[in-house]
Amino acid sequence: MAPLPLEGIRVIDMTVVWAGPFGGALLGDLGAEVIKIDTIQRHDMNSRGQNITVEQLRANGGNPSPDAKPYNLSANFNSVGRNKLSVTMDLTRPEGREVFYRLAEKSDVFIENNAPDVVRKLEISYDILSRRNPRLIMASLPAFGTTGPYSHFRAYGANMEAVVGHTLLRLYPDTDATNATGVFLADAAGGATSAFAIMAALYHRRKTGRGQFIDLSQAENVMHTLSQAVMDYSMNKRVATTLGNRHPSRAPQGVYRCAGEDSWIAVSCGSDEEFRGLCETIGRPELAADPRFADSLSRYKHQDELDGEIEAWTAGRDHHEAFHALQAAGVPASPVLNMAEVFADPHLRARDNWQQVTHPEAGTYWHLRSPIHHMSKTPLHIRKHAALLGEDNEYVYKQVCGYTDEEYRWFVENGHAGMTVLESKAEARR
Amino acid sequence: MTGQSDMPGPLAGVRVVDLTHYIVGPYCTKLFADYGADVIKIERPDGGDPARRIGPFFGDKPHLEGSGLFLHLNTNKKSVTLNLKSEAGRKVLIELVRDADILVENFSPRVLPSLGLDYEALEKVNPRLVYASISNFGQTGPYRDYKMTEITMYALGGTMQTTGMPDRPPLKLGLTVESIYAGMVAAAATMGAFMGAVATGAGQHVDLSLMEIMAGNQDRAVQGHMMYQYAGNNRGGWARAGGGSMGRNILPVGVYPCADGYVQFFTLQPLWDRVCRMIERPDLIDDPYFTSPENFNNNPEVKAEFDAILLEWLMQHTKREVMEKSQSVGYMCGAINTMEDVFADPHLAARGFFVEVDHPYTGPLRYPGAQFKMSETPWRAGRAPLLGEHTAGVLAELGYAAEDIVLMRSQGAI
Repeated sequence: MAPLPLEGIRVIDMTVVWAGPFGGALLGDLGAEVIKIDTIQRHDMNSRGQNITVEQLRANGGNPSPDAKPYNLSANFNSVGRNKLSVTMDLTRPEGREVFYRLAEKSDVFIENNAPDVVRKLEISYDILSRRNPRLIMASLPAFGTTGPYSHFRAYGANMEAVVGHTLLRLYPDTDATNATGVFLADAAGGATSAFAIMAALYHRRKTGRGQFIDLSQAENVMHTLSQAVMDYSMNKRVATTLGNRHPSRAPQGVYRCAGEDSWIAVSCGSDEEFRGLCETIGRPELAADPRFADSLSRYKHQDELDGEIEAWTAGRDHHEAFHALQAAGVPASPVLNMAEVFADPHLRARDNWQQVTHPEAGTYWHLRSPIHHMSKTPLHIRKHAALLGEDNEYVYKQVCGYTDEEYRWFVENGHAGMTVLESKAEARR
Repeated sequence: MTGQSDMPGPLAGVRVVDLTHYIVGPYCTKLFADYGADVIKIERPDGGDPARRIGPFFGDKPHLEGSGLFLHLNTNKKSVTLNLKSEAGRKVLIELVRDADILVENFSPRVLPSLGLDYEALEKVNPRLVYASISNFGQTGPYRDYKMTEITMYALGGTMQTTGMPDRPPLKLGLTVESIYAGMVAAAATMGAFMGAVATGAGQHVDLSLMEIMAGNQDRAVQGHMMYQYAGNNRGGWARAGGGSMGRNILPVGVYPCADGYVQFFTLQPLWDRVCRMIERPDLIDDPYFTSPENFNNNPEVKAEFDAILLEWLMQHTKREVMEKSQSVGYMCGAINTMEDVFADPHLAARGFFVEVDHPYTGPLRYPGAQFKMSETPWRAGRAPLLGEHTAGVLAELGYAAEDIVLMRSQGAI
């Protein structure tokens, strides 16, 4: 078996919420040893937030351990924490900071997306770490970057997307922005790009022996997804507005009701052939010859009149049945899947997208594999469950950082290394 | 930091043969090109990448060199026209692959095998080659040959179901955002396989499926799938409910109107004191009417009362003022900007995000700049190539004589 692509690369992952953890997960998927920095000083709601209880797991037929701790049961952490190790230390005390410094000396990458100023206040910023390890690559993924007037802003993906112009482009055409759903594409985009950025720096380091600092503004990165709106303003000073479920040139396009509760199908026609396929499938072949719809331009202008015709057919059908019938006729269409349907989807099953993973406290569940797992020579499996809080303390302190048994015991006795949160202020406030 | 094209980027010396077109693949290879790789984009001689025919167009005039989408997605690449259906065109491609590190393609799964250009064939030419295939559903499986567009792609991951309003159809996101996101994931995957090839000398085939990228989308899908496993919630813990109704307590979460538009609030933590300070009502911080658990949490009437107080303040402030005031007290807020606002934004200006890129057809235009800034290696602010601009040069490098290049052009091979 060939070694995994990033085997031998050690990553310090001090990430929170979604963007940073996804970047670290991709590096871990690719074989890096990713060590999550945790704390037992408090239950860190931003990385190990509790959104599930032992009772809920049991009610769903799960097999959690009776003494499972809330910070080991986060759905987000336990999925995107795949393959990661966990070490705890108190970074607000010099002894804990020294553990971090030793770890940084033995690591290749440090990825973090904490609130602005956190790494500076903890004295673990790049200028300090690079003196101890010039080969270290550090990637910070703040909302708006590490420089500039908004560099101190705190923001989640929804806030960033608002500022760079996405929110106004994803509304129903007849509603105002107050009806916008909170979406977090900036997190996903920032995580994916951070993994690319870190590997580009690793590649460069092979030539120079030197690491570097990566400043990834999640807002700037996600603005690239708005390509057409950005370029239209740049070229033509046109301010883009939402198209709802319509397409700027293809028609008809929309989301149509199917049989069953809250069940839908997305359909998108471009060419005359695709439209003919749609008309034949819905039993209305004459529509393809109707002068309102026969050519792409007329069809685009009259597409509102097609919605009822399409829905008259879809409304009586299961959305999977409609999907296969439309695709068989060459029409781009997909059922709007819910989570249960994604899990049951035969295509994802046929491509081996789910892996059973046993987590010592949550129990045994089907986990989604990495979105990039299909590599011919190094298929990317989930090698290890998301680490329990502090699960790998002994390995990291002793084998990676080189502390003796006696020294390690000191860290255990003095509230650095442990697997139980010492106090839970965050919980008390809820 | 941007545009120091005199210094090599981090990926200088990496050669990418780019067989991609439209959006996902070109964004993937754009990341490689912007950070210094030598990306040779193979285009069909009869009109090139179909994205050249997709708007918006410079001056609203359809032109193969004037598509804003194409211009943005293909910066820093070279364009070589090859007819892959001709023996001569395929011969040139194989010669390019011999010295390449990476090949990225996003044809339908049947296309390249039918031309004898599948991974198994090209691995024999260059065992170091990382060959990344991006397709709708992957190279195998029952949906392999099904069609997909941006909206049908988003439908598949499990999150469109919870995007939009409860009494209306699920709603897509803007433009082609998920396609470009998929390009980012594909770039990470390709770069990962390349790092493996650098370490071991052995390339491999990376089979990327857009459906899988949607299912594994870190925007709500990954967490939602685990929530479904844990709690059987088939919406993954999300609800199709827009706007200010998102919050479980009286803190503002979601979109609120203000004097000149809208702002987006969001928080995961109980930061009541910060909200009170934002609206200059410190007297409410310890007001038991709002802070008692039965009024603070899940109480629509009290939430409505506080929203009224908040709205009164919001309507006296612009979206920029609300954002700045909110951020000054540490509460998460973003102004909901138009593209005009974005181009005038002082923060993006201070960071030099937009860069001017000159182009023979459009002249200088502002483009979105560096996806990330590296302290030691630059991002490139180069332009997209004209159709076939580098054909003669690249063929000459491969050893083709000038008269043979003319012949191949006349024969329709290049």
